[in-house]
Amino acid sequence: MQATNGGRGGLSVRNVSKRYDPKGTMLAVDNCSVEIAPGELHVVVGPSGCGKTTLLNAIAGFHSISSGEIYLDHELLCGPGKPQATPGADRVVVFQNGALFPWKTVLENITYGPVIQKRMTKTEARDRARQKMAEAGLSGLEDSYPGELSSGMARRVEIVRALVNEPKVLLLDEPFRGMDNLTKSIMHESLLEIYDRNQVTIFFITHDIEEAIFLGSRISVMTTRPGRIKESIDVDIPRPRDYRVLTSDDFRGLMIRVIDAVHDEAQKAFEAGEREMA
Amino acid sequence: MPSLGEIFREWTARKPSFGISIFTNEYYWHIWVSVRRVLIAFSLALGLGVPLGLLMGWNRKFRDYTFPLFELLRPIPILAWVPLAILMFRSEEGPVVYLTFLSSFFATALNTLLGVQSIDRDLFRAAHCLGSKPRDVFRHIVIPGAMPYIFIGLQIAMGVAWFSLVAGEMIAGRFGLGYLVNSAYTTVRYPTIVIAMFTLGFVGWLSSALIRLVGDRLMQYRARVISAG
Repeated sequence: MQATNGGRGGLSVRNVSKRYDPKGTMLAVDNCSVEIAPGELHVVVGPSGCGKTTLLNAIAGFHSISSGEIYLDHELLCGPGKPQATPGADRVVVFQNGALFPWKTVLENITYGPVIQKRMTKTEARDRARQKMAEAGLSGLEDSYPGELSSGMARRVEIVRALVNEPKVLLLDEPFRGMDNLTKSIMHESLLEIYDRNQVTIFFITHDIEEAIFLGSRISVMTTRPGRIKESIDVDIPRPRDYRVLTSDDFRGLMIRVIDAVHDEAQKAFEAGEREMA
Repeated sequence: MPSLGEIFREWTARKPSFGISIFTNEYYWHIWVSVRRVLIAFSLALGLGVPLGLLMGWNRKFRDYTFPLFELLRPIPILAWVPLAILMFRSEEGPVVYLTFLSSFFATALNTLLGVQSIDRDLFRAAHCLGSKPRDVFRHIVIPGAMPYIFIGLQIAMGVAWFSLVAGEMIAGRFGLGYLVNSAYTTVRYPTIVIAMFTLGFVGWLSSALIRLVGDRLMQYRARVISAG
């Protein structure tokens, strides 16, 4: 069951390559193509250092690409003649280590985007923020500072801060990395609830396979550096999902498929790492 | 060497044998002159050092042009500036205030620059994602992000301000606590030396405490996080 959102947020990555050194021996991403339908929760899985984050950063506009093109809703974000996309509120990133502004309260963090873009007045933004916070179970934290929150709460606040901008795509870069399993599973359900309610396209990066299947509508497996898409796998588990699907046969079948695809790559990445160490 | 008891008696005497105690106007005049010099120099350092540090940290091109010059002038010991300072300013206040300003200016600007550089890169990225213009980034990320370092810089600046003030007053002043230490020495008023020293300690401590107080006020998120953690 695919969430529909009026066809907003279709992302098209076509033959994107990225090399960090201009001379060009070290490819981070090599001829990478992904099509993400509007409203899809697309998960990219791959071993550490395979270029997942590079791809996300290119979409977000944090750095340039060396070749290829990226479109959002048929509009060119970056490509020939415009190597770097302009960062904007149509593609909001939730960062791996969290990037709430520590000196702003939760409410100030969430209202920052709409107010700075002059899309809403302060009062409108506050009302909207309170509503979204309530939906995400964050009521009562308005005046807390990020440093006072648990990592799970902080991440939820960051997702809400992104959502109030009504982005076309939400870009999540391993947002639940380093959380304990219990917190993680709560975060997963909370993200799915947010996804089902907001029908926003999500581009989600992880190296946790269980997480990928539990959350994703479709999974792209990335090869080890230089990163390419090796295989795309549809996840036909109906939504809304809860933790019970983790023990279903469908889930296990997918698990085997994805592990098969990822394992070789992880092995290669591991060996490459060993070589670099030696 | 005077004993502590002797110093204390002199300090609190209605008619001090060496001319300086808490009951003499001259004592407060020396304090006021020094405090005024530090205030002027420190305000100048704050007003020029913080904006310069912020700009150097925020704008790469600006840093490339200004930082080499800055780094060339900064290591010059403050005492080496004394002759030039005396030549540069005809007034009596000028050289002392200038020396005091100079040392605190470098401490302020450098720490502010480090403060901007200490800001997590993801915060800049997040701000851009959320639709900030450069002006917004400066106001909402650069300034508050550098604030903890700015206040460390200001504390250091206040410390070196008193240091340079005393050095300046000893050489070029006719009033002030540094002048008092030195003149008491040359006129063999030993208890007065120590009185002036303790007084310097006290006003130095007071000025640092004031900066901390303002800092805690401006960065309540830190105070709250620290107490929660």
